[in-house]
Amino acid sequence: MGKRVLLVEDEPNIIEAIRFILSRDGWVVDTHSDGSTAVDTVLSAVPDVLVLDVMLPGKSGFDILRELRGASATADLPILMLTAKGQGRDRELAERYGANRFMTKPFSNSEVLETVNALQAGVTDQA
Amino acid sequence: MSFNLLVSVSLGYVALLFMVAALADRRARRVGGGWLRSPLVYTLSLSVYCTAWTFYGAVGYAARSGLEFITIYLGPTLVFTGWWLLLRKLVRVGRTQRITSIADMISSRYGKSNRLGVLVTILAVVGTTPYIALQLQSVTLSFGVFAAPGAEFWDPADPASTGLWVAAGLAVFTILFGTRNLNSNERHHGVVMAIAVEAVVKLVALMAVGCFVVWGIADGPADILARIDNSALAGWQINPTRWAGLIFTSAAAILCLPRMFQVLVVENEDEAHLGVASWAFPLYLCMMSLFVVPIAVVGLEHLPEGANPDLFVLTLPLKENWNGLAMLAFLGGFSSATSMVIVAALALATMVSNHVVMPVYLNSRQGGATMAGDVRGVVLRARRFSIAAVLALGYLYYRFSGGSAALASIGLISFVGVSQVLPALLGGLFWRGGTRAGAAAGLVTGFVVWAYVLFLPSFGTDGPFSPTMLAEGPFGIHWLRPQALFGIDGMDPFVHAVFWSILLNTVAFCGVSIRTFPTPLERLQGAQVVNVFEHTLGARGWTRGSAEAEDLLMMAQRILGPSDAQALFQSEASTQGKLGYLPETTPEFLDRLERELAASVGAATAHAMVAQIAGSSTVGVEDLMRVADEAQQILEYSNRLEAQSKELERTARKLRDANQKLTELSIQKDAFLSQISHELRTPMTSVRAFSEILREGGLDESDQGRYAGIIHDEAIRLTRLLDDLLDLSVLENAQVSLSLGAARLGDLLDRAIAATGALTEVGPDDGLKVARDPGREQIELVTDADRLTQVFINLIGNAKKYCDAQEPELRIRARQRDGRAVIDFIDNGSGIPARSQDIIFEKFSRLSDQSAAGGAGLGLAICREIMLRLGGSIEYLPGQGGAAFRVTVPLAAGRSAAQAAQ
Repeated sequence: MGKRVLLVEDEPNIIEAIRFILSRDGWVVDTHSDGSTAVDTVLSAVPDVLVLDVMLPGKSGFDILRELRGASATADLPILMLTAKGQGRDRELAERYGANRFMTKPFSNSEVLETVNALQAGVTDQA
Repeated sequence: MSFNLLVSVSLGYVALLFMVAALADRRARRVGGGWLRSPLVYTLSLSVYCTAWTFYGAVGYAARSGLEFITIYLGPTLVFTGWWLLLRKLVRVGRTQRITSIADMISSRYGKSNRLGVLVTILAVVGTTPYIALQLQSVTLSFGVFAAPGAEFWDPADPASTGLWVAAGLAVFTILFGTRNLNSNERHHGVVMAIAVEAVVKLVALMAVGCFVVWGIADGPADILARIDNSALAGWQINPTRWAGLIFTSAAAILCLPRMFQVLVVENEDEAHLGVASWAFPLYLCMMSLFVVPIAVVGLEHLPEGANPDLFVLTLPLKENWNGLAMLAFLGGFSSATSMVIVAALALATMVSNHVVMPVYLNSRQGGATMAGDVRGVVLRARRFSIAAVLALGYLYYRFSGGSAALASIGLISFVGVSQVLPALLGGLFWRGGTRAGAAAGLVTGFVVWAYVLFLPSFGTDGPFSPTMLAEGPFGIHWLRPQALFGIDGMDPFVHAVFWSILLNTVAFCGVSIRTFPTPLERLQGAQVVNVFEHTLGARGWTRGSAEAEDLLMMAQRILGPSDAQALFQSEASTQGKLGYLPETTPEFLDRLERELAASVGAATAHAMVAQIAGSSTVGVEDLMRVADEAQQILEYSNRLEAQSKELERTARKLRDANQKLTELSIQKDAFLSQISHELRTPMTSVRAFSEILREGGLDESDQGRYAGIIHDEAIRLTRLLDDLLDLSVLENAQVSLSLGAARLGDLLDRAIAATGALTEVGPDDGLKVARDPGREQIELVTDADRLTQVFINLIGNAKKYCDAQEPELRIRARQRDGRAVIDFIDNGSGIPARSQDIIFEKFSRLSDQSAAGGAGLGLAICREIMLRLGGSIEYLPGQGGAAFRVTVPLAAGRSAAQAAQ
């Protein structure tokens, strides 16, 4: 059975890179680029793991995170947050709103893959 | 003498006047007046008082009624010699309140009431129409004197055709030179100059005929005196009541006649001119009347019984076969008639357009004053149409009345009509108690009485009043007989009319004024007018802060035109210590703006327009205190305090602005650090990810190529970002060297548009339309072409990225001003909110948080630095509907740029 990951990200090149890395490992990768409709997309078909960018058009990744944690269907969904801002404040926010993992761009490919697999396996310890 | 010669001379003379007016207008525009603003020209322009009635009619008057004609000059002479009392105040009020006409004066004094304006306008139109008819009649009559009997294609004595031609020609002249610009406080130099020339012509003509009569026909002054003694003129008795009535009427007329108000107050450049006019104008009148009696006496002797004495000035030289002199006399009469009609039409047209057309137009428009679009065209069209309409009315009156009455009587009827404004005018100038209702009551009463006892009966028995009605009164009511009101019989009809109309007018004015209570605005205006010399209180009709400066700017642009309005707003902003075009909407500023507008559309309309935006004006207790004379001392003290507190306020405003800017900048800086991090990390993420993928290998050829391509593109994106940062840093540190060279603005714009066409970062479907006027872009510059083009590219690129209209369009307007090229870039999107307009040129500022445009918010900051180096500027232009930027660059960047680059 397929492991399904949803990637919410607006940079086409980064989408392509992550899709390549994960699908090579057997993941089914769905993508979504618009912040304002991201919550609906997640709720309509909850994935095994969600990879969420912070700076998105229409709605910030933090807002999306908060709304997802408020919905019962996604309260425990494993979520990996990505950000290019790389400031300490962002990490704090992500933890407060309940992200399982947090990574800054640029990332190492193998690290992304490991993290996603770990999240799927239910290892939810903070890295 | 050939009649054709006369026609061609007249046409030549008219052409000369057109030329004089055109030259004066041009000179005034180029060098701003010079000797055009001399007291001499002012005095000569006042001679518009001397119409054809004076030129031809005075002699006829003298032949019929002896010395009585002199009263028509005595009234104005009294008013002018006593100028310190009355005229000085009238002119000062006219200038401080930016008055555009006599109707505007009354309306403004009584609380900017447009109804009063309309009332005075109607009175003026009704009172002036017969007078215009009179001028047309005099020109026609004088043509008739020269007419060869049985002319083939045109019978000049035929009033229909001659009058029509003259009226049409005058309409064209007035429209051409009287409606050049909207602001009535900007003088009509062309018109005034033409009138001054005409003043000289008519004086010279009359003096020449006089000299001819005294030394040519008679044997010098002694002989003339003897002839006068022997003539019937010597026998006439002075009728004291008629004399008093006539002197009063002519004195009132010089204040109230719309055309006199126009030249006396509206066209006045300098109060000091009045001092010169106070002796020079009576002197002019004296010279005009010097030879009247000799001409009348000699005419009665020499010409056959029954010859029209109104035309002696022409017929005497003709009879003696002095054709050249007759021609000069004809031109003198022609000048008198035309100058009166031109100024009267101009004055009436201003009133009609400001008090009737504009209010109707503004009311008929939804959205009112803030609506976009230019109303200057509407006002000018209204004014042109009014000029034509006024002349048409005059012509129709002339046709209707049959041109039969003696010249002088029509003139007097007009004089008494417009004199009905006098009680409201004088009361307004000297009596604080006069109210709007009182003025209206007085005007209506005077107008009705005048029409009833003088104007309507003047049409004769064929007119609206039948002989029985005149003899018995309406419906047989005896005491209402038009020429014997209240049963007082035996008065001269003219004196009767003056007496009753002015008396009842004044009684109504005072009575109603005392019984009614003025509104606060009336009180303020009343105090401002009556105490115009004592103190200049700001008429604080407005409360602070209720109006948006941008809305006001939009409205002002529609009336004053974009460049004047922008200059006004900019200067106000800079006196407040602010940069840009949007001053704080303080009560003082609203007041200043209202006055500027009033100079174009009249006080009542201007007040209504500002009120539409600023909310209705409220006058508080504090303001009324300022009006009270008892509070004068407190006021002076508080004025001083206020000056200090104003200074503090100005400093505080600067500090507040600076603080706000700093706070915003600090927020911007944090945001930028995040932004720059994001901008650098995003491409680096792709580079790292794909280079790891490539290193692991095992890819097919096409994927390998594609991934390498992505790495390449992202590297370029990084480079461009770094380039921008470096560019800005270099510009800021002034290390850049300009490469100056000749360039044509149009070419640079071409290059910029081509370059942005290639830079389709947003996608191929963005159809930004660019509207240009290549003809106006032919401006030669000496500048750094590459740098300037870089600025243009940035602005066009921004419009492309951020213009959110359905069909985005960018207008580029270029023009030359004060040695600089000014280029506006205006798009039709939703523009930039006022609170952000201050910071868009700061580094790293980007209005939206999204990276949609792919820039880091450095473009406009770079533009600003470049323009600074080039000795020019770039600024945001509010109030244009969309986002608008104005680039100003010196035509030759040479020295100023070099200095700026130091």
